[in-house]
Amino acid sequence: MSALAERGPASKLGSRWTNWRRGLYRFRQSWLSVIGLAIVVLLLFAAVAGPWIVPYPEHVTGGINTGMRFRPPSWAFPFGTNELGQDVFSLVVAGTRVSLLAGLAVVVVAALIGTAIGAIAGYRGGWIDDALMRFTDLMLTLPSLILAMAIAAALGPGIPNMVFAISMSWWPGFARLVRGEVMAKKEEVYVQAARAIGAGTTRIIVRHILPNIVSPVIVKMSLDMGFAILTVASLGFVGIGVKPPTPEWGSLLSLARGYLPDYWWTAIFPGCAIFLAVFGFNLLGDGLRDVMDPRARR
Amino acid sequence: MLEIRGLSKHYPGRRGSKGVDALKDVSLSITKRESFGLVGESGSGKTTLTRCVLGLEPPTAGSIIFDGVDLASLSPAAMRAMRARIQIVFQDPYASLNPRMTAHDIVAEPMIVHRDTLRLDRRQRSDRVVELLDLVGLGEQHLHRFPHEFSGGQRQRIGIARALSVNPELLVLDEPTSALDVSVQAQVLNLLHALQERLHLTYLFISHDLGVIRYVCDRVALIYRGEIVEQGPAGDIFDRPGSDYGRMLIAAMPEPDPDRSPFRTPA
Amino acid sequence: MALLEIDDLHLAMRSFEGEAHVLAGVNLTIERGEIWGLVGETGCGKSLTGLSVSRLVPSPPGRYLKGAIRFDGQDLLGCDETAMRRLRGRRIGMIFQDPTTNLNPAFRIVDQMVDVALHAASTDPSVLGLPAGAGRGERRAAARRHAQAMLERVGIRDAAQRLDDYPHQFSGGMRQRVLIAMALIGRPDLLIADEPTTALDVSVQAQILRLLYGLVQEDGLTVLMITHNLGVVAQLCSHVAVMYAGTVVEAGPVRDVFKAPGHPYTRALLAAVPSAATPRGALRGLAGVVPNLLHPPAGCRFASRCAAVMPTCFAAPPPAVPVGEGRTVACLLAQPAEA
Repeated sequence: MSALAERGPASKLGSRWTNWRRGLYRFRQSWLSVIGLAIVVLLLFAAVAGPWIVPYPEHVTGGINTGMRFRPPSWAFPFGTNELGQDVFSLVVAGTRVSLLAGLAVVVVAALIGTAIGAIAGYRGGWIDDALMRFTDLMLTLPSLILAMAIAAALGPGIPNMVFAISMSWWPGFARLVRGEVMAKKEEVYVQAARAIGAGTTRIIVRHILPNIVSPVIVKMSLDMGFAILTVASLGFVGIGVKPPTPEWGSLLSLARGYLPDYWWTAIFPGCAIFLAVFGFNLLGDGLRDVMDPRARR
Repeated sequence: MLEIRGLSKHYPGRRGSKGVDALKDVSLSITKRESFGLVGESGSGKTTLTRCVLGLEPPTAGSIIFDGVDLASLSPAAMRAMRARIQIVFQDPYASLNPRMTAHDIVAEPMIVHRDTLRLDRRQRSDRVVELLDLVGLGEQHLHRFPHEFSGGQRQRIGIARALSVNPELLVLDEPTSALDVSVQAQVLNLLHALQERLHLTYLFISHDLGVIRYVCDRVALIYRGEIVEQGPAGDIFDRPGSDYGRMLIAAMPEPDPDRSPFRTPA
Repeated sequence: MALLEIDDLHLAMRSFEGEAHVLAGVNLTIERGEIWGLVGETGCGKSLTGLSVSRLVPSPPGRYLKGAIRFDGQDLLGCDETAMRRLRGRRIGMIFQDPTTNLNPAFRIVDQMVDVALHAASTDPSVLGLPAGAGRGERRAAARRHAQAMLERVGIRDAAQRLDDYPHQFSGGMRQRVLIAMALIGRPDLLIADEPTTALDVSVQAQILRLLYGLVQEDGLTVLMITHNLGVVAQLCSHVAVMYAGTVVEAGPVRDVFKAPGHPYTRALLAAVPSAATPRGALRGLAGVVPNLLHPPAGCRFASRCAAVMPTCFAAPPPAVPVGEGRTVACLLAQPAEA
């Protein structure tokens, strides 16, 4: 430690860089998290480059090929074709963008709402805490998928409405996490030190507490990402949310379910994509937790 | 300079239990520019006493008078300004610095909080941070590092610089060296001594380490279960403790001298 | 034969920054009935030395490069985990700094102690005073009796009742007594105590030291006490080894070392402790920092901070020179005793 201070970096940026490298070292200690990261990077690549790299871009925008219906997987159609003769591989790859974006939006919105409510409840305590947390518990008791379906049904289909609907059922988890973290952090000596200086409540929350609970929130976001994608797909499956022809994993799966088991490839591959996303984000989240665990760093 | 009169603090117990009297009728007076030692073991009430002095905890009874002003009579705004005059250095240099802030930001923060009284702009604050770090023996190259990149002694220096940034008159030193190695402790104690001479500070030094207290303090009070059992000039208390508790503590103090071991007779 | 002999022990620990040479030639010979103090500052390797004796250094990241640890003639570095487990419960007892975290809060003291006793008895039934092949119930009853006897031995009143208490019902000092009792269950020959009094108040510390001293005098225990507190060493220990940056710089009978320190680091360490005679401002700290053990210096590891440094100090690590009865100093300035 002292040796590090002696030769350590001279700038704030340099300091952050060293922290980051130390994190990466710890991350690499677990090959599962590296696999998770690889999967997530692959998905991100598909999400960004999707429409340009797929073999049949015209299928992604709704083009059909009736002469090629239900071809099994082959070199020309790695995942086969569906009932409209579209290349399933192209649809699955192109669907990554919508699924990932929707999942990310859900998690970000939920984290923002949850952090705000959790931070106030945890810092203020007393009746404010009681009121906010009872409300949170109430939201938790509602089955999230049903709630999301109800909201989506009330507001009509469409991606923004779907994201809003899922976020509404998602934030309580963040609120609970943040409340607990804030309650623990507000007893930290450095928070007492800030209070002894005479710092006000806003300053203490914004400068001293929130920066120190970012890690668990990011870890939860990563762990939740997979399930958020799954939920988006579920809503797609039951026909709320993304409308065709926009390719999305859940709706692809939904359209394919009538053709099982004969044309299994139309369902299996979108399913695998969902599985891969859930799996990848979970592994990544576990790895991040190891890296960011404050007990592991000093 | 600091006068504590009949201070009591009672923590009510939960449902039926009697609660705890953390402080019972404590009176102390600390004169300007002296080092006053407060010695007590865990649960003695010394932490509660500091929290009351810092205005973090309202006393149940009694008064704390700082420089002629009763702290209880102050408005919240006046209390905030008063906070700049009484500062604290914490025991654990690993826990008392925000891990997400750089040394510069940690030392500058009190100046931002008290910008109404200090009237320093951003540039002036940064200059003063450099000055303060230099004062406590840290070079400019440390400015933008995070706490975990420092050794324990360096962290405690940052903690001292933070406390000094608002020109306090009274410094509460809450076991400032008990988490440090002896060679580092010696450096920090000498630094504190030099700073006191230079900045005319008054110290309220809290510790369970009698050797350190004897080295640093002019006058000493022993606190046991919320009560002051003995107070007086340091020399008197160490040479002729007047209370049973004082005698017990001094006997239990492990001197680094094999000949004074209770377990063996000198050769 | 010495009870414990550590011979030129070298240990490396891997981390993100690289592999650090954290123990570099630790030598220590402990005879039965001695109380050794192992002192030094944070990161000097004193705890790793203690952990090495009980083979509790995880590997990886730890790796022994060289050297041997012999306990009663048996080579510990060559032992497998099963053999070590047998030694740990039985012949080597250990206590650690924080008495709050080393007891499981969910179990009564008696359950935790009986477990340890049965483990010890599984290697050596004589621990419980039972013949081999005693029945299960018989063993449990004997284990409980033994646990109670140990609690009484460490000065816990009403031991029979207190056995059924949970850890939180004991104060910090009492918990440390319970941990000592647990360490003593196997009737060990060697007790390794890592900062056992650091978390305790001075008055409680004095009681624990008295207890340890009594155990050595009356029960013939041998103690390796790891601490940063020179006062504790001066009071309790018969011998002391001073460590700096992974090396033992000086070792010998405590009075000889404290009264006439032979190594500049020992002198600096002793000068840093305020005593009754130190005038304010006269305390001597130690400037500089511990060398980076990722790239340790070729010569003496203390050279960069040493007040008596010479050019030759940077060439090679100084050998431990015998300077008197059972006393060594690893410094080029040390005068070897006349043979």
